Amino acid sequence: MIEITGLTKVFGADGSIRALDNINLSIADRDIFGVIGMSGAGKSTLLRCIALLEQPTAGTISIDGQPVQGLKNAALIKMRREIGVIFQGYNLLMQRTVIKNVMFPLEIGRMPKEAALKRAMELLELVGLSDKAQAYPSQLSGGQKQRVAIARALAVKPKLLLCDEPTSALDSLTTRSILDLLKEINKELGVTILIITHEIGVVRAICNRVAVIDNSNLIEMGETSEVLEHPKSDITRLLLGQTQGGDR
Amino acid sequence: MTTKIIFMLLEGIGGTLYMTLLSTLFAYLIGLPLGILTVITGRNGIKPCRKLNMVLGWIVNIGRSIPFIILIVALIPFTKFVIGRTIGPTAAIVPLVIAAAPFIARLVEQSLEELDSGIVEAAKTMGASNWQIIYKVLLPEAIPSLIRGGSITTITLIGYSAMAGCVGAGGLGDIAIRYGYHRYQSDIMIITIILLVIIVQVIQCIFNLAANKIDKRNR
Repeated sequence: MIEITGLTKVFGADGSIRALDNINLSIADRDIFGVIGMSGAGKSTLLRCIALLEQPTAGTISIDGQPVQGLKNAALIKMRREIGVIFQGYNLLMQRTVIKNVMFPLEIGRMPKEAALKRAMELLELVGLSDKAQAYPSQLSGGQKQRVAIARALAVKPKLLLCDEPTSALDSLTTRSILDLLKEINKELGVTILIITHEIGVVRAICNRVAVIDNSNLIEMGETSEVLEHPKSDITRLLLGQTQGGDR
Repeated sequence: MTTKIIFMLLEGIGGTLYMTLLSTLFAYLIGLPLGILTVITGRNGIKPCRKLNMVLGWIVNIGRSIPFIILIVALIPFTKFVIGRTIGPTAAIVPLVIAAAPFIARLVEQSLEELDSGIVEAAKTMGASNWQIIYKVLLPEAIPSLIRGGSITTITLIGYSAMAGCVGAGGLGDIAIRYGYHRYQSDIMIITIILLVIIVQVIQCIFNLAANKIDKRNR
């Protein structure tokens, strides 16, 4: 589904901030792939590059066999519509009802209103919030807001769902239910999921494969069970809580 | 109080409201696009453009730095060109609009800047065009704040319209200056002040009600 080769991203006019350094990874169709790292490691930049919000400085990204770096204007907008993204802060439109939030991506894609409404209701059913269709986001709990965000991201039937710290603002019980929902979506709809997180528990709960990013570099990658049971790097052990952090 | 004076005061209220409301309306036609353009061309905007952003910033700052009383006088030739005369409430609308537009641009800029940048980001990932981000995300999400800004603008313009009164624009300010200042009739001046306070209170109240009714964040 995703092939990334030599992905490098530098920021700053003089290229002084290297957020990603020569990242190579591939994510299979229908996989649930985790990227874990400390804050500032570069994992969010990785997601932003895949979500087509940042242009890579060097390297290539292809999604579903199609190279996506360097896309502009209409082609860029078209490609973005094929990827769903959810965020830590939900990013719902506060002045729109839940159903109108879910309809938003369909509305900007100019789907006829009745069809969009029908599709949005199906999605609210899927995330278990049919009864909240006419509520406003401010009336929902954090977990419910993330469910609405998931429904919204799935509205355009993406093959790929990118999740940027989807549970980092939620309590452990709610985290569990959101992760179960993502797992169900992966299984039922065959959506490939990429999760960026700093919580090892998230990786353990649903990721089949995991990549560890530290200091802009990909440190290790493999089957979740393999990486968690036999961590090869200090940073992985640190994320697992096996060593003292000290003065990193 | 004679009916003549009551009639004059009523006419004054009419003049003040006419100048204020019409100039607010026209000023928004200029100030709203100006404010939106400033935000989207800004460094973190959806279409950054440093040069245009700087020019817009200058225009707004120049407009805001000229004291209104001086602006009225300076604009007399322009007002005469646009309206055909320089005296009366309609003529006062020209300098009022020109004074208020940059003021509104700044208020609009603030309303849009205070939105969570995450919602624009999310709209982008859904494939929204820049136009769609403006009219489906930025403006609807900022509406409660824009309405509150509208009350500040309207009330500021009531104050400005009183200043326009001293160059013969009519309205309550004109009455206060003519009777209270030139003829030492403090009673009439006090009445105009009370009337202005009431007008300001009513306008503030209407805008607050509207903003609270529309805002879906506090339910």
